[in-house]
Amino acid sequence: MTDQIELHDHDSAPEALDKVIIRFAGDSGDGMQLAGTRFTDSSALFGNDLATFPSYPAEIRAPQGTLFGVSSFQVQIADYDILTAGDQPDVLVAMNPAALKSNLEDLRPNGTVIINTDAFDERNLEKAGYDTSPLEDDTLNSYKVHKIPMEKLTKDAVDGTGVTGRAVLRSKNMLALGVMAWLFNRPPETTIEWIEEKFAKLPEVAAANVAAFKGGYNYGFSTEALRTTYTVRKAALEPGTYTNVSGNTATAWGLIAAAQLAGLDLFYGTYPITPASDILHELARHKHFGVKTFQAEDEIAGVGTAVGAAFGGSLSVTGTSGPGLALKSEAVSLAMMIELPLVVIDVQRGGPSTGLPTKPEQSDLLFAMFGRHGEAPLPVIAISSPSDAFETTIEACRIALKYMTPVILLSDNNVANGSEPWKLPDLGGLPDLKPDFITEPNGENGEFLPYKRDAETFARPWAIPGTPGLEHRVGGLEKNETTGNVSYVPSNHQAMTDVRAWKVANIAHDIPPLEVDDPDGADVLVLGWGSSYPPIKAAVNVLRKSGTKVAQAHLRYLNPFPGNLGEVLDRYDKVLVPELNTGQLRFLLRAEFLREIEGLNKVDATPFKVEEIASKIQELIA
Amino acid sequence: MTTLDYTRADFQSDQEVRWCPGCGDYTILASVQKHFAQMGIPKEKVAVISGIGCSSRFPYYVDTYGMHSIHGRAPAIASGLASSRPDLDVWVITGDGDALSIGGNHLIHALRRNMNLKILLFNNQIYGLTKGQYSPTSEVGKRTKSTPMGSIDYPFNPVSLALGAEASFVARTIDADPKHTAQVLAAASDHDGSAFIEIYQNCNVFNDKAFIKLTGKEERDDNRIYLEDGKPVVFGADDEFGVVLIGGHARIVEREKVGDGAIHVHDASEPDPSVAFALSRLNHGPYGPTPLGVLRKVDRPTYDKAINDQVAEAKEARGDGDLASLIASQGTWQVGG
Repeated sequence: MTDQIELHDHDSAPEALDKVIIRFAGDSGDGMQLAGTRFTDSSALFGNDLATFPSYPAEIRAPQGTLFGVSSFQVQIADYDILTAGDQPDVLVAMNPAALKSNLEDLRPNGTVIINTDAFDERNLEKAGYDTSPLEDDTLNSYKVHKIPMEKLTKDAVDGTGVTGRAVLRSKNMLALGVMAWLFNRPPETTIEWIEEKFAKLPEVAAANVAAFKGGYNYGFSTEALRTTYTVRKAALEPGTYTNVSGNTATAWGLIAAAQLAGLDLFYGTYPITPASDILHELARHKHFGVKTFQAEDEIAGVGTAVGAAFGGSLSVTGTSGPGLALKSEAVSLAMMIELPLVVIDVQRGGPSTGLPTKPEQSDLLFAMFGRHGEAPLPVIAISSPSDAFETTIEACRIALKYMTPVILLSDNNVANGSEPWKLPDLGGLPDLKPDFITEPNGENGEFLPYKRDAETFARPWAIPGTPGLEHRVGGLEKNETTGNVSYVPSNHQAMTDVRAWKVANIAHDIPPLEVDDPDGADVLVLGWGSSYPPIKAAVNVLRKSGTKVAQAHLRYLNPFPGNLGEVLDRYDKVLVPELNTGQLRFLLRAEFLREIEGLNKVDATPFKVEEIASKIQELIA
Repeated sequence: MTTLDYTRADFQSDQEVRWCPGCGDYTILASVQKHFAQMGIPKEKVAVISGIGCSSRFPYYVDTYGMHSIHGRAPAIASGLASSRPDLDVWVITGDGDALSIGGNHLIHALRRNMNLKILLFNNQIYGLTKGQYSPTSEVGKRTKSTPMGSIDYPFNPVSLALGAEASFVARTIDADPKHTAQVLAAASDHDGSAFIEIYQNCNVFNDKAFIKLTGKEERDDNRIYLEDGKPVVFGADDEFGVVLIGGHARIVEREKVGDGAIHVHDASEPDPSVAFALSRLNHGPYGPTPLGVLRKVDRPTYDKAINDQVAEAKEARGDGDLASLIASQGTWQVGG
């Protein structure tokens, strides 16, 4: 039936834009994440550079029509290298009054609003807190407004596909997507194929969604106001093969890759928690890579099973978010004490306690650094963007395996759920992570000494069960520095504490020095970590275009710091650290280097805007 | 396998055993070491994982692979080891505080999953390592340092708890009867899946004679109800008592009053756990006639096998994973070049 609906061609050349920022907003049941993701994917396949920022409520289905039930998805597409999902949307798709109310103030002046007028009835207006309809008063005066009866159009389009009743309106997100595909000249064919594939088992639903999508697309053609369309040309990115990837997906792929590079099975012990669960979901789909996923009874068992699997010789990983990291703390200390490789992923969210589970924050840094009892330093590294997740995850695994230590890998909600084009790496260029399992006794008298360390790395040998002659016991009680037997000798505890700290500090020699991007010899350095990278880099780019001198560097390694960090800091009069917390890296830098550091800090549930960082830099330079 | 000619000494580590003189743990350690020597499994394939508490020092004294982990978490850690290494024989050593208080969650989930673990719970009804507080198996009214007016906590019956968690193997034995302990260990070893064994263990320092009804020369015969498969459940110095099932409840009767035809015949392989549960309710602590032996032993798929089967099945269906295909699986596009 829907095959018979023909798509109209654009009959005039579209207006070319270098970039556009679009925000899809609707009720959390309206399918805005899906529509936004699909718009993004079709733009990625078209060849734009892009970055996304999904934002959704913590409730799965918040009461319909309310302000706190609004879910949104922002994407910036561009014909040049962009880094963020953008500060201010140019286009807002509002599926109901609440979506309009809670997003309109972000829209740029003279921006475009595309409104589903069918949702603007008295009840929804009241729920959104509108006394009068914004469609009729002055609210939208300074914007370009397209009023579209999306529900009526969806009903008309879906008629005859076999989908009836309340299910019909589920396709209205595809109608909205169709309008946007028309307006921004996105090739419709890939989306139609995608719908047919996604609903292959439900042909009627597939037909309804295709019909709605085509309905939206053709509505654009037939509506005078939408005759002017836009396009964003392909971006001139570095040559290569690209895919659009989210941080959580790339993290999961990084784990799979690391296990292959190590020649080990991957064991992922975890407990579901927002926003880390998608790592579990992605890994669970790829068991044919030798991946074992263990959904444990709680966070402690998540890390506990991973510690057990590490003892058995797997590449062991546990993943969580802040509250879960707190619960795992004791077991991570055990893994630190018995010196087994373990990667602990913390996809940070707004905290403390349950906090803002679906919002970004970088506020677990000090917990990752110090959230253990006793003297328990661990390597801590952070992912800076979705396209950095694969490589940084492999690096976390490399350090864990080489140094026989837990490593804390920090991600966050921006990285985890945001997506951007990622140039596929040369797989042949990835490091060899094969561990050196010990198979013969290492003592002078033919005995096995579990704590006799490697002279270069200070790592202890990894002897896995099943190896004859190397039977040994590990445990949380302090151990003799070579035999591994329980030791209460005071000087031994001092020696073991020192060597465990040394082992971690020594990793500084095995990581690249901090690179500084400073083409003009600036006086101010902007130093970041984690997901503040994209807006920092974008702010620096903007300022340089207007002739401002500013240096920029980004820390992947938070513990140990790169060996040249002190020297880098010494070169600058002022150092600015923007981070989504109250100043945690700043705290570490001040403590380590005894110097003043400027902070740009916020915890307002949104990523940094480029403008926020740029004006802070200007303030420091002035 | 057949050439393995171990003695107990092969499973003794070079570490000095440091329990209090007279502790019931010594007997259990000897029983387990003797059992390991007879299992027919190479010692490098055996791993002993413990939590925290007196009993949890156990791995240090056994010359196999081992881990003395953290309080309550041994079943979780052992589950990770067993899942990732189904070739190993994994034993968990725990106590009443470790397994039933701080680690209760992990215990029930390991049993529910039927993870291939042999879990030995040394129940001495007291916290020993922290010097004498009441435990989750201490009797109501128990006076300890932390309960000077008597404990107001209602205790667990560990065997009932394990049955409630649908453990596929549930048994009870006592340190003072090494011969029986050996039989129960052998039955557990023979079981594919999680095996839960409660071992009554005397703490002669903080809770001496807690099990006197089962160990005292004069009373023990009247209180030990040995369960043997295929045999009527009878006990007493002259086997004068028996157990009958009435309306789903187990009751102790004098044999001569009911006649032998009425006595319950034990069958640990009964799929419905209700009968084993009824037997477990004959006592709530070692204060009178107490069932000892294997209450339940049924076959159920094991988690460690299933998790590895899924990996094998996925490889069979899709071939070994190819990284290049994986990272291109969401669609790609070319730029320049």
